[in-house]
Amino acid sequence: MDAAASLYGLVGGVMIGLSAVWLMATLGRIAGVSGILSGLLLDRPQGDSAWRLAFLLGLVSGPLLLMLLGGELGNVTGAPSEVIGDPVGGVGLMLIAGLLVGIGTGVGSGCTSGHGVCGLARLSPRSLVATLTFLGVAMVTVYVMRHVLGGGS
Amino acid sequence: MKTLMGYLAGLLFGLGLAVGGMTDPTRVLNFLDVFGHWDPTLMFVLGGAVATTFIGYRLVLRRSHPLFAQVFQLPTRRDLDGRLIGGAALFGVGWGLSGYCPGPAFASIAGLTAPLVAMLVAMIIGWWLARRFSRGH
Repeated sequence: MDAAASLYGLVGGVMIGLSAVWLMATLGRIAGVSGILSGLLLDRPQGDSAWRLAFLLGLVSGPLLLMLLGGELGNVTGAPSEVIGDPVGGVGLMLIAGLLVGIGTGVGSGCTSGHGVCGLARLSPRSLVATLTFLGVAMVTVYVMRHVLGGGS
Repeated sequence: MKTLMGYLAGLLFGLGLAVGGMTDPTRVLNFLDVFGHWDPTLMFVLGGAVATTFIGYRLVLRRSHPLFAQVFQLPTRRDLDGRLIGGAALFGVGWGLSGYCPGPAFASIAGLTAPLVAMLVAMIIGWWLARRFSRGH
């Protein structure tokens, strides 16, 4: 086990948690990325879009800031000076994956942040079931891609 | 002020994703690969995030309202249905194929590549399709 990666993971996790608490304390909102961004891009609610756009800009500028600072602040496997890792497949695979992630989080009302972080922290039974489902299915998918088909990376 | 608060939340979220290793799809897939060379990093990310949010929400939700809004907007549904589970399952397949869930995918825009653009465009189309599907029911 890579102790430094785990420690960075814990620190990163606490930061994500603090972000979720901050958004609830100031704006009274759940920090669910699929909900915030799909609302911004597709619904454009009056008077409720500016903070969503600002959240998106912040989300993008976080890793960008680490890149500009340099040093070994990222946590990319086998590349400590990198902040953002490369995609594991080409355009075709990502089109399929993106469509599934979009439809799935849209229909299932949430993703890793909304259900997996905020929902679990609220002890929501819906979020617990959703999180166990997407984690389990993702593990099976990786197993099939890597060990049955030998496809993936 | 609401806009600034939203920006700071996004900034902290993006920093946390990058420090935690979520902006590396390979690390995400190695975590999901429980039958291969399993990487526990994301367990620490999720554990740290849930524990912090659990404690923080309890402190924050004692107040009568948020600092810069009228009410706390919390989901109230507690029932399980096929849409929740089916949606989560579809999301799981996409996450397992790519190593991207929505947060890290958007947070990785600074390292833009053609496959990432494809992922983001397809995800937005997926959200649009999900809304059309929802209206029909």
